[in-house]
Amino acid sequence: MKKQAPLIITFIAGSVMILQYFIPHRPFSDIQQIFNTWFLIITVFAMILGIGNLIKIHSERVQRQRSGWWYSVVLMMGFIVMFVAGIGWGIERGSFFYYLYWNMHIPMSSTMFALLAFFVASASYRAFRARTPDATLLLVSAILVMLGRVPLGNYIWDKFPLVGDWIMGYPNMAGQRAIMIGIAFGVVSTSLRIILGIERTYLSGK
Amino acid sequence: MFLIFCLVITGNQIEVYNAPHNDGLIITVALQSDATIESPKILTSSAPPASPANVEVVDRPNDAGGSIIITWTKSADDGGGRESVKQYLISRSTSIDGEFELMGTMDKGAEQFVDGTTEDGTHYFYKVQAFDGTLYSEPAMSEAVASSGQWFHTGRINMLIATLVLSSLVLWFIRKAKRGEELYIRPISGLEAVEDAVGRATEMGKPIMYIPGILDMDNIQTIASMIILGRVARKAAEYETSILVPTCRSIVMSAAQETVKEAYLDAGRPDTYDADKIRYLTDDQFGYAAGVDGLMIREKPGAIFYMGAFYAESLILAETGHSVGAIQIAGTAHPHQLPFFVTACDYTLIGEELFAASAYLSKEPLLLGSLKGQDWGKAIFIALLIGGVILVSLGFTKIITWLTTG
Repeated sequence: MKKQAPLIITFIAGSVMILQYFIPHRPFSDIQQIFNTWFLIITVFAMILGIGNLIKIHSERVQRQRSGWWYSVVLMMGFIVMFVAGIGWGIERGSFFYYLYWNMHIPMSSTMFALLAFFVASASYRAFRARTPDATLLLVSAILVMLGRVPLGNYIWDKFPLVGDWIMGYPNMAGQRAIMIGIAFGVVSTSLRIILGIERTYLSGK
Repeated sequence: MFLIFCLVITGNQIEVYNAPHNDGLIITVALQSDATIESPKILTSSAPPASPANVEVVDRPNDAGGSIIITWTKSADDGGGRESVKQYLISRSTSIDGEFELMGTMDKGAEQFVDGTTEDGTHYFYKVQAFDGTLYSEPAMSEAVASSGQWFHTGRINMLIATLVLSSLVLWFIRKAKRGEELYIRPISGLEAVEDAVGRATEMGKPIMYIPGILDMDNIQTIASMIILGRVARKAAEYETSILVPTCRSIVMSAAQETVKEAYLDAGRPDTYDADKIRYLTDDQFGYAAGVDGLMIREKPGAIFYMGAFYAESLILAETGHSVGAIQIAGTAHPHQLPFFVTACDYTLIGEELFAASAYLSKEPLLLGSLKGQDWGKAIFIALLIGGVILVSLGFTKIITWLTTG
């Protein structure tokens, strides 16, 4: 029963969600919204589990003074300060929480995002080495697209933007659409396997 | 019948309106300054706009009810004639001679209004009037109509057929697999490498890191990722290698804990399962990227799996993983992130391969059967694409309507 109950719930929920796509009549039309609401409620409770896990792991780390335990101290302090600020004085514009969010959290997030530029450069350097015919094709396409996107390319030859647009609009788009079609079939097939109980890995199914 | 007129005296002019709806002819009469009026002199005159015509009302198709579509033919003074129409006013009543309630207005040029406030089963009459900013046209009346919900979305018949065909193919191949027929599935190098990656990490005495993407359990990629996690965790348990699973969502953490626990139980190594290795970091995208990067630098995993939904953090993670010398296998159904993974990882599962991974790794006939059905579905789709291109090129454009979902 421990394994049958989740399978039955999955089958019923999955079948109902398929039916609601084809049946516009109530109550089917409301089911997706109801399920979304249930999911939000479960998420809120799961959040308590997540925060509990975070506090447990990091407080243990501080207690046992494992390597890098001071990072855990910073994390715990950050969590407590934001939590107290939010609960105590609200999160509205002008509040202490709002100040911390906009002046600490956002700049730090932006810093992480900005690192992407350097990672793109290092990854491109490795990928664009013309070692194989495929890599050479990638290198040539990338150079053409880049020249089509920067003012310098237009200055060298005014057709570079057209070439860049053509590569993005045709070969690139065709490839992306082919991948999307495959993904759609993969999603249907995976959903069917789960709904019909053929895929049971998540239940330790053999 | 009584006619009521309204006189408005402004300065030395009198304006005459047909009250109470301000419709009818306006006559502006000039008053003589010496008050010796022998006969009024008509200075200006204007008429209300022409009425809209052919008001038709239908129950909105393929909906849950509570909605009626009202269409009409534009007034002759809208887009032609005197070009005087500014708005259309749509009013509703439950009886033709009852009091009409204004339901909404539409700008000039409009020929349709959707009333989404109807009660199913109740019959309504609609009237549409053109309005020029001062005067209203004669109302154009509709027949009675009632809204109702439908039990089948007729615009999705093609999707139903596609779903049935694909499901039948999948089920047919599953049945074939059950009968013991051998099914050929093309080799996927990224999945062939999973065991090697786990083995390599074990030999190096390093942990495995499994990153299930940044979306929640309501995303099919995360669900597929949890299924693959079960397979990878089982191999990790068999090799007695530690597996780290940093998650971006609390529910994913709970699901991952259960999946890994079950995999360890299944492999007969429940004693080596450590729930603290599957941890929640943060819901924040770049906070999560920073946390996982930190874990990679500190723990130096021998193998890293990126399976699930990724966005801008994909390359930040994959490049950091590359810098610590881990063998990396990625899989995502986000086409925009695939180039990043292809560039930075040793193997990449492209799109559908992510969804095929579990079946492929398990080698179970039932699951492989579903893969075969999926491949046949794809073949049919490709045939439809080619056939569609040929037919449309030959001028048979009806096929576009057939293949469009309503």
